[in-house]
Amino acid sequence: MLFYSFFKTLIGQQVTVELKNDLAITGILTSVDQFLNIKLDEIRAVDDAKYPHMMAVKNCFIRGSVVRYVQLPASAVDTALLQDAARREAQQPTTGGAH
Amino acid sequence: MTEETHNAPVEPNAVEEPLDLVRLSLDERIYVKLRGDRELRGKLHAYDGHLNMVLGDVEETITVVEINEETYEEVIRTVKRTSEMLFVRGDGVILVSPPVRTGT
Repeated sequence: MLFYSFFKTLIGQQVTVELKNDLAITGILTSVDQFLNIKLDEIRAVDDAKYPHMMAVKNCFIRGSVVRYVQLPASAVDTALLQDAARREAQQPTTGGAH
Repeated sequence: MTEETHNAPVEPNAVEEPLDLVRLSLDERIYVKLRGDRELRGKLHAYDGHLNMVLGDVEETITVVEINEETYEEVIRTVKRTSEMLFVRGDGVILVSPPVRTGT
């Protein structure tokens, strides 16, 4: 749940999602769910010359499992808070359990 | 281990399971080997049981092996990229370790 909560705090930020097929998409994060599926608005392929068919697409849903990286704006991340949250999550006996 | 000034419910530095080693790397620079001949070096800010991670000040090294068309020699080329803050999906992670010192 740590990263689900983390991504919820980033809604409205511009992020770049790099997929496992090397396609990188920049857009505004509008939605995220427990599988870390992602919805982006105002999207643009980073290498739009290589992926011209992406020009017509303005928003998209990305299945979480095809994501390799998400590049985030460092200014939107409170690293001290994030590390504390990670330590707290690590203390729980079962990882990823509902509570 | 001597008695500390406060009693934490769980010994914070105890290493009982493999992920505890990752926990001790929080706020430290780490080396991550990934699928697809990719390597990352960056400061660990968060992780979970899937080895999803958030890294700061990341340097990514991608190793590409190219075959020279004329001589058929294998040419190993590395591409480096940097990113100030990066979420890494855990299913691509092969190993996590303290950084491997290369040169410096």
